[in-house]
Amino acid sequence: MAKGLDAQARQGYALIAPPFLYALLILAAPLLTILTYSFLTDGYLEVVRDFTWANYAQVWTDPIVRTVMLRSLVVSALVTLVTVLLAFPVAYYVSFMVRPEKKATWLFLITIPFWTSYLIRVFLWKVILGYNGVINSSLTGLGIIDEPLTFILYNVNSIVITLAHAYAPFAILPIFVALEKIDRSLLEAGRDLGESRAMTFWRVTLPLAMPGVLAAVLIVFIPTIGDYVTPELIGGGKIPMIANLIQVQMLALDNRPLGSALAVTAMAIVALVSIVFLLINRRFLKVRS
Amino acid sequence: MTDDRKPMIECRGVHKHYGDYHALRGIDLTIRAGEFFSLLGPSGCGKTTLLRTIAGFEDISEGAILIDQKRMDEVPANKRPTNMVFQSYAIFPHLTVAQNVAFGLRRDPRGKAEKAALVEEALAMVGLRGFGNRAAHALSGGQRQRVALARALILKPKVLLLDEPLSALDRKMREQMQVELIKLQRQVGITFVLVTHDQEEALVMSDRIAVMFEGEIAQLDGPEALYARPASRRVADFIGVMNFLPARILGEGDGTVTVEAPGLGVVELPARQVSRANPDDEGPMIGFRPETMTLVGSNQTHSQPRETSATIDEVVYYGDMTYYDLRLDGAAGLDGRARPVRISMRNVFGRDVQEVGTRTRLAWSPGSLVLFR
Repeated sequence: MAKGLDAQARQGYALIAPPFLYALLILAAPLLTILTYSFLTDGYLEVVRDFTWANYAQVWTDPIVRTVMLRSLVVSALVTLVTVLLAFPVAYYVSFMVRPEKKATWLFLITIPFWTSYLIRVFLWKVILGYNGVINSSLTGLGIIDEPLTFILYNVNSIVITLAHAYAPFAILPIFVALEKIDRSLLEAGRDLGESRAMTFWRVTLPLAMPGVLAAVLIVFIPTIGDYVTPELIGGGKIPMIANLIQVQMLALDNRPLGSALAVTAMAIVALVSIVFLLINRRFLKVRS
Repeated sequence: MTDDRKPMIECRGVHKHYGDYHALRGIDLTIRAGEFFSLLGPSGCGKTTLLRTIAGFEDISEGAILIDQKRMDEVPANKRPTNMVFQSYAIFPHLTVAQNVAFGLRRDPRGKAEKAALVEEALAMVGLRGFGNRAAHALSGGQRQRVALARALILKPKVLLLDEPLSALDRKMREQMQVELIKLQRQVGITFVLVTHDQEEALVMSDRIAVMFEGEIAQLDGPEALYARPASRRVADFIGVMNFLPARILGEGDGTVTVEAPGLGVVELPARQVSRANPDDEGPMIGFRPETMTLVGSNQTHSQPRETSATIDEVVYYGDMTYYDLRLDGAAGLDGRARPVRISMRNVFGRDVQEVGTRTRLAWSPGSLVLFR
């Protein structure tokens, strides 16, 4: 407030400067580039510097884009739903049933999927779910089915299975943290006031765990909507999601302005959904503290 | 003291084991309807465990608990006619004050407006009229406690269980809440069972007190009896301040014991003034409370039958009270050790505080002595 900065403020800025510059360079600069490209005109082998709305007009009217965008939203919504529904019982079990001294071990075990690269895990799912994969060959071998199951590969189901597995730890951890913060005497109070265990869960545990659940929803939803590897490998390229469409425009068709407009549109939609969730979360967060 | 009110809570030979740990060791206890009953003891004595077994949060390993003449063995916590005020108050942070108070009314068949009136009535009873729309997290400790009370009392339980409800409050607030709780209990007529480690709190509030040590009830009595005639030296030590002097038993007569205590001389005590000593005591002890003896100025008179000379070692002035540490003449007689005794005197107008080193007289009566043997 006085002229210049006091020593503490200067020290603070000095500390924050390197990561800030780094973030500016690798986050803000590419974003701005994409944003700029999306308003330029595509020329042969180069981008022509003529301002235009045409890219957005094409993105917003093309039925293929709309289909793929909608599919991306539906698939990530499904993945999020499945992941969070599967993650909640796991988080609940670790928080409420596991003895305190064993919780750290359990959390450690939950992170095991991260020990191998995402790409390898996706390939592994392909091996498991494939036409002659682990599931099909065992089921055929056991004589349970005559022909390999086809509904588990190269479709939305297989994408959901793979992504739900990949993002499970991301969903389990925030829900676990929210459950851990619940004062256990609140649950006894619920019982004491005449509610069964199930009703106490519904009226006390679940509302208090909601911030964690909503955090899990965001953490799973945002990256899955832009996932590129799984639709490509598990979906067999037959069911592209928005990231695959962007990749095609950017690289294969070399139409960077259109690809950029697609990317910006996808980003805006994700941002919109996220904001809605953050607003819902505020309602739950307000009550605590 | 006879009491013909019907029994509300009966514990019959209640044991509780946690693995190797024996938390409750055969509790036999009857709490009568409408009583303000306290479970008093140091931490780890099992008082909270006992309360939680009554509430149904803990199973018992052995024995039986009856509430209103019904066995509670198979009755889960949510079906018992008890409600609890938790130590942490356990106010639901995601609900408003009114929603907290109405939490237990979900299955009540009455209409919305009627329930709202009940909630407002319950809030008024605990002095929180108009607080219904406040968020629970915006309340002070004392207000949370009142919400917890209203939330439990609105269900009209047969028994209200209070788990150290005042321990988180500051001293002034605590004293105020003690009086309010007594009034509230008289007003609603519900049986209150209070768990506390604060002996003063138990004495102030209770009709009867069970003093617990190591999972057993050491004494069950009214506050006056507990204070004046502790059943054992351990109880005496736990409740208030008591002086102890080594004593020698001279003889036992017809329901009386004749004792000699250094400095006090020979006294004959009736059996009701005889209690159990601690196992590590070196022989019998004479005990008395600081306020039962009177310091007498050189020219003052008194109504107590016995008098002893003493020297003042220390004076501690408390405003309303003064504590004197005294050496009784001849008190070092038996084993050569001087044992100071502490006397408290109310500071009334016209009585001067005596000074350190003064020779003084101590007036007392054998009726206030307790022999621990």
